[in-house]
Amino acid sequence: MIDLVDVHKAFGANRVLTGVNLTLRKGRSMVIIGGSGTGKSVLLKCVLGLVQPDKGAISVDGTDVTNLRQGTPERDAFLARFGMLFQGSALFDSLPVWQNVAFRLLRGSLKKPRAEAREIAAEKLRRVGLSPDVADLFPAELSGGMQKRVGLARAIATEPEIIFFDEPTTGLDPIMAGVINDLIRGITSEMGSTAMTITHDMSSVRAIADEVAMLHDGMIQWTGPAGEMDNSGDPCVAQFISGRAEGPIETVR
Amino acid sequence: MNVLAIIGRAVLAMLAAVGRVTLFAADTVSHLGRPPYYPREFAQALVQIGYFSLPVVGLTTIFTGGALALQIYAGGARFSAEAVVPQIVAIGMVRELGPVLVGLMIAARVTSSIAAEIATMKVTEQIDALITLSTNPAKYLTLPRVLAATVVMPFLVGVGDIIGIMGGYLVGVERLGFNAGTYLRNTIDFLEPLDVVSSLTKAAVFGFLAALMGCYFGMRSGRGAQGVGRATKGAVVAASVLILAANFVLTELFFSA
Repeated sequence: MIDLVDVHKAFGANRVLTGVNLTLRKGRSMVIIGGSGTGKSVLLKCVLGLVQPDKGAISVDGTDVTNLRQGTPERDAFLARFGMLFQGSALFDSLPVWQNVAFRLLRGSLKKPRAEAREIAAEKLRRVGLSPDVADLFPAELSGGMQKRVGLARAIATEPEIIFFDEPTTGLDPIMAGVINDLIRGITSEMGSTAMTITHDMSSVRAIADEVAMLHDGMIQWTGPAGEMDNSGDPCVAQFISGRAEGPIETVR
Repeated sequence: MNVLAIIGRAVLAMLAAVGRVTLFAADTVSHLGRPPYYPREFAQALVQIGYFSLPVVGLTTIFTGGALALQIYAGGARFSAEAVVPQIVAIGMVRELGPVLVGLMIAARVTSSIAAEIATMKVTEQIDALITLSTNPAKYLTLPRVLAATVVMPFLVGVGDIIGIMGGYLVGVERLGFNAGTYLRNTIDFLEPLDVVSSLTKAAVFGFLAALMGCYFGMRSGRGAQGVGRATKGAVVAASVLILAANFVLTELFFSA
């Protein structure tokens, strides 16, 4: 279970998060929606410790993780439970595809023999619908959709309990977006993972969310089960879902 | 008042930068004693920084050695001291020009590529990805590069010193009419162990500075293509200036009687 209590974060004068309270239960898939630049990515990065919140507490399964120092065994153990799919895939372009997928299995505490790591990488690539011939290509030789799949394979390589997806369908055509959504839904439910996705793509929300939270003005504006999203009664949510230019959300950002 | 404020702000900014670089250097060095290590990355850096820099080092020093011989001959002729060409070429190459020119070429070739690579990794969230994959960027990216540059630079400068002297020898023997045996004998007799030790020490320090600046500016890169460009430019300028400043300090330490 992930718990955020009163999380604040500002970059200089730009106050991005102004008191976020959010609870994500184990095994559920939560999607956080909100316009561009509302701090959705910052929120994810706060949980992972890539960005230090100014104030507030973040705990995972009851353990406070807000102040874990980099390099400590506790922090390594914490990160080992996570997988993350980055917005731009963030594949290491100096390494071939299979070494990207098996990155964690080739070094550190989860190290496995090279042949075994390669075997697992091939299996994860198969799971995301890529043929074994891509294993030896470099990320720059792949299309955007294929890179997303490789990023997904890397995120699930060690079968983490918790997976974060940062705008998984941005920049993909609608069909490829649908494929990625199905993969996310299928993989998280078969692994029983807890998932947190940030997106502004409503088709993604409908495909993968158990629960929806809307981030607006640095706070969680509304949260509830995905089925109630359409009748939330919240003007911000209603405006976001319908994509109207007029409403409580200012369009000049 | 305004002028004072501007000067004060600049001084404070500079001191803060010096502090940040020092902390970054101390953190990098501290990982030497703290596993995990990444030998594969270290080996790759050795090849990239060392082996692939050899052509540039050879070309830079051979032409410089040759030009140096011509200049010393022409200058020496003004007071009938043409015969000192071998000695001055040897001392000039080994003590100063070898380490400094190779250092600057490494700043151009290696610092820029390290800075651009790491900055691009930062901009495309690859550094964040490393962290989420339980890998410390300081151990995985910075330490292998800085260590490799520090270790391999003395070899490069040693090779550069020799090729520079060879450039002087070729010009001396082919163009200026020196006797080949005498030229070599004068060179060898004149060079002292301290000359070589100072040359290689300078090399190690310059290598450390060049790679460190590449990593430091890369890791602090701003966003987008412009951020990468700025990081690369800043790294090369900082590395070059630091190399020249360190060269002065080291020369002072080694040779001020």
